[in-house]
Amino acid sequence: MPMNQQPHPQATRPPDSLPWTDLILQLADTALVLGQRNAEWCGHGPVLEQDIAITNISLDLVGQARLLYQLAADRLGGGATEDSLAYLRTEREYRNLLLVEQPRGDWGQTVLRQFLFTQFQHLQYELLLSCPLDQLAAIAAKSRKETAYHLRWSGEWVIRLGDGTEESHRRMRHALGELWRFTGELFAASPCELACGMDPAGLQPVWLDQVTAVLREATLPVPAPGETFMQTGGKLGRHSEHLGYLLAEMQVLQRTYPGATW
Amino acid sequence: MYMDTQSTSGNLPGNHAAARQAVEAILAGVMDPEIPVLSVLDLGVVRDIILEPQQPGGYGVEVVITPTYSGCPAMDVIRLGIQLALREHGYAPVRVTQVLSPPWTTDWMSEEGRQKLRAFGIAPPNPRQQVCNHQLFDHEEAVQCPHCQSFHTHRISEFGSTACKALYQCDDCREPFDYFKCH
Repeated sequence: MPMNQQPHPQATRPPDSLPWTDLILQLADTALVLGQRNAEWCGHGPVLEQDIAITNISLDLVGQARLLYQLAADRLGGGATEDSLAYLRTEREYRNLLLVEQPRGDWGQTVLRQFLFTQFQHLQYELLLSCPLDQLAAIAAKSRKETAYHLRWSGEWVIRLGDGTEESHRRMRHALGELWRFTGELFAASPCELACGMDPAGLQPVWLDQVTAVLREATLPVPAPGETFMQTGGKLGRHSEHLGYLLAEMQVLQRTYPGATW
Repeated sequence: MYMDTQSTSGNLPGNHAAARQAVEAILAGVMDPEIPVLSVLDLGVVRDIILEPQQPGGYGVEVVITPTYSGCPAMDVIRLGIQLALREHGYAPVRVTQVLSPPWTTDWMSEEGRQKLRAFGIAPPNPRQQVCNHQLFDHEEAVQCPHCQSFHTHRISEFGSTACKALYQCDDCREPFDYFKCH
């Protein structure tokens, strides 16, 4: 996104000099990007109640991202703010998971992505409860209460649609084919995750058990281990083409009118 | 309500308790913009009040609050509301700071707040704390209809008009209603 480049403190520091700050940004970017994706449903949900549900989840995720960005900005200093981190970093600087930047697809794909992600996020927040950074542990404890609702909502919808009509089942199978290849990255540790001792690899067996139970009840096939080539790179700033368009839309105001406030 | 801490009972003048009550009385008038019958005290978001004596005889005050939901847009308005109300009453400087731990829970909502909610047409959180469990399609304890008091109600949606509410409908009087969900 070679638009209106402004000097930014994060760009000038050596990479990985602050592994905790990098980890916080990785978590924040992931929450924000999924919040932005889900918000695309605002006014377009299949029924009013579910339109409200997905945008509520969106609001929770953006709220979690704000807390994380505020914490990162405090640690970075040099004039960084939650807004500068969200609106003035380019796609190569974003460290979100590839899974969350994928297009929303149809309702089935949105619901399945939310389910696969929330199962992981809930476990990751649990891991962070014991991290030595008190403020991060506090954000994890708070956010975990919110993701519990996302977990139940998305799990129920995966079952309803997978074990629903012929059409809804077909669409859920298609969604699974689209999304499964991005789930390996959840558990592939980034350098900052390793440096902080927050390796997500250990979460995979529990995640797989929980996901398998729901997919089975939804009469959806569980992909065999090793069957799918897993895409990675998001945590290192290497993204699919979809993120650039998402950021362009999200950042357009700050890029066009730098420093605008309201 | 808020937790009393050692920090408030240090080298303050003898009328400290009265000064503190005065701040509480002002905070009792700062309402949640989304649920205008609930004050910030009813909601349980005020975690501490720290008075700082100033010359001549006035007070500065720091109000420590905790957010309800991470993304709740009402929190920004609440922060502003506390600032304005205390400044109007001559407190200076006024600071509103945020703590996240321990995380807010609906258990901190005052009994008076619960009654006000019901009267306003919103079912208050069930007294027995039921943080969302992970069992899919699980039935929760019945939520009482705030209009006809019936327990024959069902959940329409986990998510409602604000982050803190779920949508229910009464099977007897047929009225839909908001439920302030346990958190």
